[in-house]
Amino acid sequence: MRRFILIAVPFIWLMALFLVPFAIVLKISLSDIALSIPPYTPQLDLTEGWAGIKAFFAELDFENYVFLTQDQLYWKAYVSSLQIALISTILTLLVGYPIAYGMAQAPDEWRATLLLLVILPFWTSFLIRVYSWMGILSNEGFLNQFLLWTGLISTPLVILNTNTAVYIGIVYTYLPFMILPIYAALEKMDGSLLEAAEDLGCSRLTAFWLVTIPLSKSGIIAGCFLVFIPALGEFVIPSLLGGSDTLMIGKVLWEEFFSNRDWPVASAVAVILLLILIIPIVLFQRNEQKQREMDQ
Amino acid sequence: MRHHLLTMTATIALMAGAASAQEVRVYNWSDYIDEALLAKFEAETGIKLIYDVFDSNEVLETKLLAGGSGYDVVVPSGTFLQRQIQAGAFQELDKSKLPNLENMWDVVSSRTEQYDPANAYSINYMWGTTGIGVNVGKVTEILGEDAPIDSLSLIFDPANAEKLAACGIMMLDAPAEMIPAALQFLGEDPNSHDPEVIAKTEPVFMAIRPHILKFHSSEYINALANGDICVALGWSGDILQARDRAAEADNGIEIAYNAAKEGAQMWFDQMAIPVDAPNVEGAHAFLNFIMDAENMAAASNYVYYANGNLASQEFLVEDVIGDPAIYPSEEALNNLFTTTPWDAGVQRTVTRLWTKIKSGT
Repeated sequence: MRRFILIAVPFIWLMALFLVPFAIVLKISLSDIALSIPPYTPQLDLTEGWAGIKAFFAELDFENYVFLTQDQLYWKAYVSSLQIALISTILTLLVGYPIAYGMAQAPDEWRATLLLLVILPFWTSFLIRVYSWMGILSNEGFLNQFLLWTGLISTPLVILNTNTAVYIGIVYTYLPFMILPIYAALEKMDGSLLEAAEDLGCSRLTAFWLVTIPLSKSGIIAGCFLVFIPALGEFVIPSLLGGSDTLMIGKVLWEEFFSNRDWPVASAVAVILLLILIIPIVLFQRNEQKQREMDQ
Repeated sequence: MRHHLLTMTATIALMAGAASAQEVRVYNWSDYIDEALLAKFEAETGIKLIYDVFDSNEVLETKLLAGGSGYDVVVPSGTFLQRQIQAGAFQELDKSKLPNLENMWDVVSSRTEQYDPANAYSINYMWGTTGIGVNVGKVTEILGEDAPIDSLSLIFDPANAEKLAACGIMMLDAPAEMIPAALQFLGEDPNSHDPEVIAKTEPVFMAIRPHILKFHSSEYINALANGDICVALGWSGDILQARDRAAEADNGIEIAYNAAKEGAQMWFDQMAIPVDAPNVEGAHAFLNFIMDAENMAAASNYVYYANGNLASQEFLVEDVIGDPAIYPSEEALNNLFTTTPWDAGVQRTVTRLWTKIKSGT
């Protein structure tokens, strides 16, 4: 009985917060656009009993998914989102790893403070932090003013409203999600392994490459997924920092939903996005499980 | 003064308490009212006012079409209102409860009838134009003293756009405003619903696309005011707000607004009552309160937008009624055009065209 309750809690959680909403979205994606409240048809009419339910299912079709294949906009947006998410994940790793490494190397009494400093930005609203980047990166912004003042450049750099600004925004926002798992992995590492490697003739660099990196692999993988998955569907950062030519699936989704008022097509876009996300999520799960088995 | 304020607040609280559970929920555009009016409404009627704001028609429409928004009064723009009426989102006004309707201005109400026949579902709150905001200093420095700052050619002529790109051009991310402007520039009917005519705007936008910094519907206010950009195609009140912010900051930037001489779009924000409004009685009380001449004037004096209330004009400050950018002359008024909403098929074509214009895909 106790066991049953233990399993039931996460199961109900998954049902209520994932499966039921997903079923609703899936249902809308099979409907047609209509000028009514709500703006799609058919509506399930339970007062008609069986006939109503039958009529309801008869009207559902995959038309909207076919539509998505007819316009190259959609797959281009998916590919472009994948590309932006992938590049930003790599950049975040390149920035985050040295920070995590430095934190793990720091004296014990400093670590708690350093950890706090990594989490500190979360005390300010995410939206405000992205907005402040607009102030830093704009043509008349702090960065350009500083660079002009130092004489390094003579005309302001155009950074805001380009993909570069989107990368900066994503790397900045998701950096803690990369640092924390890598730090957790590095902190657990036994320092004597490095000494042993050096005793056996490794240079410090080779020891880092052959010992530290493999031992922090689980942290790197966890960090990469934690950055890649939300970055793929990101909407706020590209819409605030990106230019008009920044093509991401989050923006396409918004336009289908709000500009076209086409909830069925918007839902179809969302379902496909979810399917694309399931692949890395399953890989992530596998990795976690393998890790757990290795630890035991 | 402080004591006075306290007593006032207490009185309002008491009155609100006395009126028991009466409350009315209003959903309006952000920065679009003098907030003193909200307290005045509560004091006069004893109805508790819950006032929320939004910043795009699309967000409002999505709430209305999802149903059960819980609002008693909402403020969509004309074309959106028309479509929402067709979707059955609003209820007809009970005009017997709106004695202040006699204050309304026929110049505006005759134009809003094309969205809402006989003005059966809505009253006009504010209206304005879509036009050109420029940083006068920078633009004349680049294009010379006779720069066409009141003409669509300032932006749509690639030769001008190319030169102005150096100091920055922004455009509304609103195809329902930008495509009519491009049609007007081409000499076509700005209210065309013909996909082939609308498609003619594509090369116009593509030619100037490389010179446009961003398509966005609110960032240009700040960007104009602090000198990040020098030209914006945007809403009258927003550009006037940028003008005032620059003047307040005293940063040497002079912003000017002009409705294009070729013809500019005129838009209307209308107050209406959702079909499922919980407090229909309170909603009518709010509409009647807003249509009071002095109240409406207070709102316009605060936000610098023109309203559709003739009786309010004697209470408007000179800054508002005397500014041709807010209240255009009779002649300029005749040069303004209005548009009607596209149906779902044309809307999809337009959105797709707009995405292509913005992203090149």
